[in-house]
Amino acid sequence: MPKQTTLDAGIRPASRAAEPVNTRRPAKPAMERINWSGTTILVLCAVTVLLPLYVTLSMAFKTQGQAVDGNAFSLPAPFSLDGFVQAWTLTNFPVGAAMSMLVTAGTVVATIVLAAFASYAIVRNWERKLFRYSFFYLLGAMFIPFPVVALPQIQLTGRLGLDNPMGVILLATMFQLSFSVLLFTAFLRSIPLELEESARIDGATTWQTFWKLIFPLLAPMSATVGIFAFLYAWNDFMMPSLIISDPALQTLPVRQNLFQTQFSNNYHVSFASYLMAMAPAIVAYLFTQRWVMAGVTQGAVKG
Amino acid sequence: MNKGVSHMSTTTLTKAMKDSGARRKRRVEPIYYLFLLPSLVLFTLAITVPAIIGIFFSFTDSIGIGDWEFNGFTNYIAIFGDPAILQSYLFTFGFSTVTVIAVNVIAFLLAVGLTSRIRMKTALRTVFVIPMVVSGIIIAYVFNFLFSNSLPSAGAAAGIPWLETSLLANPDLAWIAIVTVTAWQAVPGALLIYIAGLVSIPGDVYEAAEIDGAGKLAQLLRITAPLMAGYMVINVILGFKGFLNAYDIIVGLTNGGPGTSTRSIAMTVIAGFNGGDYAYQMANATIFFIIAILISLVQLSVTRGRSTL
Repeated sequence: MPKQTTLDAGIRPASRAAEPVNTRRPAKPAMERINWSGTTILVLCAVTVLLPLYVTLSMAFKTQGQAVDGNAFSLPAPFSLDGFVQAWTLTNFPVGAAMSMLVTAGTVVATIVLAAFASYAIVRNWERKLFRYSFFYLLGAMFIPFPVVALPQIQLTGRLGLDNPMGVILLATMFQLSFSVLLFTAFLRSIPLELEESARIDGATTWQTFWKLIFPLLAPMSATVGIFAFLYAWNDFMMPSLIISDPALQTLPVRQNLFQTQFSNNYHVSFASYLMAMAPAIVAYLFTQRWVMAGVTQGAVKG
Repeated sequence: MNKGVSHMSTTTLTKAMKDSGARRKRRVEPIYYLFLLPSLVLFTLAITVPAIIGIFFSFTDSIGIGDWEFNGFTNYIAIFGDPAILQSYLFTFGFSTVTVIAVNVIAFLLAVGLTSRIRMKTALRTVFVIPMVVSGIIIAYVFNFLFSNSLPSAGAAAGIPWLETSLLANPDLAWIAIVTVTAWQAVPGALLIYIAGLVSIPGDVYEAAEIDGAGKLAQLLRITAPLMAGYMVINVILGFKGFLNAYDIIVGLTNGGPGTSTRSIAMTVIAGFNGGDYAYQMANATIFFIIAILISLVQLSVTRGRSTL
């Protein structure tokens, strides 16, 4: 029962946002009856989706005594913030959050800017071999999974002094680049050249044309590219865990392995920590879900 | 100064274009090189060079540091006789296949449900997409707790013997936990693609079928499923490609155990870095790379064919 209420309360405000994608047969609203059995089944499925998140939430607010009693589904009684207080210092949350934000912001900005730059140059000079081959070259990373090149990358970043969040930003951006260039170039090809020529006749340089005309036009694609880069950079464990050598500079997902080795019975602390690491992405999603859904669909169909 | 130069060349460019009508022999504005160069250089340093280094060392006996010598195909030959590596391939491909099937069946059914006339449509859709934005390793830790504490006690209460011990501690069943969590996280992506497909089917197709007397099930099997085949192909390939790289979720659930029963290819390769068989695992990675290329080529040929439709 409590799950049901959280579901309703949490989702309502945002439901308006996703409306436009939703109209499949708008012409005949009264013709068909509401499918109540289907609704019931889907609500039950939604509950199973929310179950692990509900457990995270309720465990995080329990006292240590209640957290170890074994019932994951009980509500916190009494309500306690002790888990958060301990998690905050144990994982050094402020630093971890700062590292995660740095890596995420860096990857998002670098991916959008570099991919937009390269895509613009490629599309406007498509008849030149260099630019055409560069396109296929950059696309090549879609064939290379990170595990394949991980070992040499660990060595190289170590040798170049990039075994830190900066190295992760660089590598994450490069792995996002193929897909992003693919999306940007497809979109740029649809922008008529005349639009640019009129700007140039008014005396704008290529640099100005890019920033004042092209980049704003690319905004919807930048949103898609940015969402993918955000989700990847914020949530990834593998790359930061392998590239960043100093534990003090680790991102939030990597810091959680603390609870696998030590403090493994302080469930209220570990779940409070998990919650703090997951919440930003979930909250960001609830506010931007329309773009996330559109972006994923677009990205998958094009990429 | 730079501005002046590019300004001049743009005006000559537009003039030249107007004069000749074609733009065959125009000069490339230097600024375009500046746009392209950062990506090319960084990409080469970050991906191409490591890939070449990796392939190079796969033909040596390097342990990652110090002296090394070429040893030809020794590593590659050894890999084909290495039970640990073969097991990781078997596990990864088996796990990926099962997960792809599970994800697509679940996502397709959910998509059909979510595009039918139901209540709370947008709220439900919002909920179903949430797993996609959650960190794989962290949700694996959460599930780890559920599998090792909650599920066994539920199994004991219900009197199901094989559930009374943790799935994660059972070498024969741990893969079920990994498939469950991976599917939990991968369903939303496939779901959104199926919804996009379902929405694009015009409603009058169903109306015509209804007039001809086709029931709901017949409509689903005879109209919806065939029209969704293209979307299914995309989902299967994208999913399979992703699952082959499985790492985060497995680390969070079993860390490859019990024993090495759930070790993925990625985990085996990475373990080589600490285990001292750098060159050997680079050969492994190279084989994995070739497999990834083959799958991508299949993907390209399939999606190319689709996009022309």
